[in-house]
Amino acid sequence: MTLALILLPLFAVIAILMGANPRAAARNATGMMLFAGLGLAALWALGTRTFLGVDFLVLSKPEIHLALNFFDGMSVIMMLLSVIVAYAAARTGDCEDRHAKLWNISLLLIAAGAVGAFLSTDLFFFYAFHELALIPTFLTIGILGRGDRKEIAWKVTIYLAFGSIILLAGLLWLIAASGTPDLSFESLLKCTVPVAAQRGIALFLLIGFGTLVSLFPFHSWAAPAYASAPAPISMLHAGVLKKFGLYGLLRLHPLVPIGMASWLELIIVLLLGNILWVGFVTINQKRLDSMLGNSSVMHMGYIFLAIAALIAAQSESANPIAKPAAILLMFGHGVTIAMLFGLADRIERLTGTLELRDLGGLAKQAPKLAFLFGLAAMASIGLPGLANFAGEVMVFIAGFKGWEPDTPPGWVQIATILSLWGLVISAVYMLRAFRHIFQGPTVEFTRNASDLSARDRSPAVLLAAVLLIVGLFPNILLQFLEQPEAVVAREQAHITQHPRPPQPAGSAPVQPHPSPSQ
Amino acid sequence: MPAYWLEAIVVALGLLLLLMEAFSNSKSKELIRVVGIGGLIFLLVPFYFAVAPPADNAELARFYVYDRPAIFFKLLALLTTILVLFMAYDFRKTLNRFTEGPDTEHGTGEYYALPVFACAGMMWMASARDLVSIFVALELVTITFYILVAFMNRQVGSLEAGVKFLILGALSTGFLVYGIAWIYGITHTTNLETISQLLAANSSNPDLHDGISANPIPLLFGLSLILLSLAFKIGAVPMHLWIPDVYQGAPTPTTAFLSVGSKAAGFIVTLRILDPFFSSDITRSQTTIVVLALAGLTILVGNLTAIPQTNFKRLLAYSSIAHAGFILLAIAAWHTGDDDTLSSYQAVAFYLGTYLLITIGAFFVLVVVHNSEGSDNISAFDGLGQRNSLLALCATILLAAMAGLPLTAGFYGKFFAFQLAIESAHTNQILWWGIALGFVGVAAGFYYYLKVVRAIYWRAAPKDDLIAIPRISRYAIISLTLATVILGFWPEPILWLIGA
Repeated sequence: MTLALILLPLFAVIAILMGANPRAAARNATGMMLFAGLGLAALWALGTRTFLGVDFLVLSKPEIHLALNFFDGMSVIMMLLSVIVAYAAARTGDCEDRHAKLWNISLLLIAAGAVGAFLSTDLFFFYAFHELALIPTFLTIGILGRGDRKEIAWKVTIYLAFGSIILLAGLLWLIAASGTPDLSFESLLKCTVPVAAQRGIALFLLIGFGTLVSLFPFHSWAAPAYASAPAPISMLHAGVLKKFGLYGLLRLHPLVPIGMASWLELIIVLLLGNILWVGFVTINQKRLDSMLGNSSVMHMGYIFLAIAALIAAQSESANPIAKPAAILLMFGHGVTIAMLFGLADRIERLTGTLELRDLGGLAKQAPKLAFLFGLAAMASIGLPGLANFAGEVMVFIAGFKGWEPDTPPGWVQIATILSLWGLVISAVYMLRAFRHIFQGPTVEFTRNASDLSARDRSPAVLLAAVLLIVGLFPNILLQFLEQPEAVVAREQAHITQHPRPPQPAGSAPVQPHPSPSQ
Repeated sequence: MPAYWLEAIVVALGLLLLLMEAFSNSKSKELIRVVGIGGLIFLLVPFYFAVAPPADNAELARFYVYDRPAIFFKLLALLTTILVLFMAYDFRKTLNRFTEGPDTEHGTGEYYALPVFACAGMMWMASARDLVSIFVALELVTITFYILVAFMNRQVGSLEAGVKFLILGALSTGFLVYGIAWIYGITHTTNLETISQLLAANSSNPDLHDGISANPIPLLFGLSLILLSLAFKIGAVPMHLWIPDVYQGAPTPTTAFLSVGSKAAGFIVTLRILDPFFSSDITRSQTTIVVLALAGLTILVGNLTAIPQTNFKRLLAYSSIAHAGFILLAIAAWHTGDDDTLSSYQAVAFYLGTYLLITIGAFFVLVVVHNSEGSDNISAFDGLGQRNSLLALCATILLAAMAGLPLTAGFYGKFFAFQLAIESAHTNQILWWGIALGFVGVAAGFYYYLKVVRAIYWRAAPKDDLIAIPRISRYAIISLTLATVILGFWPEPILWLIGA
């Protein structure tokens, strides 16, 4: 049944190629995806595990399966994020008629690729679906982007292709080192990777996934790309597709815990680069779209902080909050940034500019737009009651998990304290942008602006509702994840089956807190 | 029907075509084309019923083997030739312009007959297991190509390419004969089966014969000479220098034929010759080093020199060198296959099978663009997305497949090569170098293939008129692209063909 989530957009693409109305096809297909996704998630929450997945053998040597299924709750949540944002993206933005085909086909292919990547339970298709989604991203930026689109698209292409190759090298190494009989996550995660290989594999995975997630210093492609790309593409990429790298790190972390831990200091420095360095860069932006692009890069730092806490703990049971925190923040950030990009596109259509100094007083002309944008901006800052807050709080708790008050703070704790300043930075640029755009006297560009029609509002309202529901009741998502007891049981079972090789002396990383499960 | 009849039928078909040419009308060679293509397609029927020749025919069995790789490479040769003849069909306007009568087809008849002879040569190469039969089959192919490359005798580029190809080809033939002489001098046989037994006997009993195990250097010297000559055929460094010039100058169907058919036939011969040397403990490590060095250099030179190219045909030439490097990597990581892994034979066969589809597809695209723009430069592709969206889409998919993007057939070829290399690197550390260079090559590949995609979609079109695709090219491009995508999702059919 999960296959439907991929086939719907692909059929819509074929229908568009055969001559169907591109806009209607994209909207209907993503709408059906949304319903199908919600239904499947509900079935999964009710405990249905059979009939959900599909599994075709596509290659016998080595065994590769086109297997789509919910591998665990993380896949369900990422799938939900994908279908929600895809639906909102399909209802956002408008293009000239002659580009409608390309625009909607790209959108559908990116949605299909993202869902496919999150649902694949086989390493090969996990990687391949993500690549499938990247190609239309490059092409759309190059053809339909704003500004210096060709240069930007070329830059994005080179960065992401570089990241993908490094990632592929890491994955192949991982497969070879683990000695897995086939490429499915299930058999892969049962394997144990020799400690000697873990360090190298972990570095490849970090750089590969990190480039895709715009980890500092491989982040400079992201902000120009989001500023240039058409709004729906920015929404889908920043909101959904970029999470692929984080999802991959979380998924593969259990295989290389020791290797990852040996790079902990590096990760901490890089993620602080994301939060503080890019944060200051964001403050200095003069255009709303580049500000949003940079803020999206900056917020990746918080998710990396949660991952760093997980890496420091080396096992999920030692820090049971870290992984749910990362997942919840991924979801919250995805919805928020999609909403912000969608609304920024509206602002540009209403006023004709995104330069902050040319705007002002829009709240008088468009109060509903101002309210929705304010809500999204607040969510992005981390206002309690919205999804990001729940995620960020969990991240900070995870950062201090296991720390004894009378011991000196470890790397993760220092990083957490420094990251808290990032919230101030977020507040500075978001509130400043809000003031520039919506408050003060109306100016030339905003004088004749009208408010959003109900149709234009619909995607933002949907995303705002999701933010509120998840913010007030985070358990609606967290229930999909494994309970801490289940995590402990699973890890114990794995350890009894494959006793972890003793750590060689000297390679042991700084461990802020001993992990009780080992 | 014994399999050797297949080659006999192909040669007979070629002779028939030449005969028809002698009596044909000088205005149109339509009949020759139709009979050539039809005859080769019809040959697929007896091919299905062909069986290995009876084993009691010892004299034949000495020269001729009909196993899985032989079947696959014969099929590859046939398909390539059929597709090349189809391509020649759409290329005929350009061909006519640069041969005797500019507006007639006078003097072009042989162009449709000679590939059939080359096809017979390639099919023999797939079955050859004696250095002599290898030599004869290889020369049949090479001599045919001397003519095909220089066929457009009113175009300087084609003639220049012909001369270059002739001189370097003759040089490589010299290397081949010299190498065969060395090997014969040491082993007193030209039969690869016997050489294999000899090496096996020597490794189990070092005192047995002529002291090959005590001093394998002369044998390896002979092998190196042969490898040099084969490097010419498959387009590997250091014998790759002819490729860009000849590819650029030769008529495009010839280029496609060279880059697919000739290369594939070269690889099956390389595999057959290297098999005894990899199987023996005496020579394995040296052979691995030599082949790995060839592979690494070829990957590096092919991919890095492709980056600055501005001519699409030259780009394809360097890409063909690069592909040869990846295939050589699969050979250097010699593996006889087991439950989880393909053998080197199978990995090479798979790579070449997908390479056939992708490369011929790309050349079809080039022929269409060339017919419309009169140029092979990448700038001729500018704005193709606006001028023919179908052609642009197919070209994009084919280029992505060449770069080895997942979900295209091209990915699996590289995947198997790297998988084999990683598998063997556990026992032979030196292979990690090949793997590292391979990744550099793949990364460079992304750059230069996507450069063409960039021209297709992001550059403004110089003209607004639409590009029409001739009927044959349209069907060929669509079906080759579809095959690339379908095999990208589901590569099992090729694995079935190569018997994995």
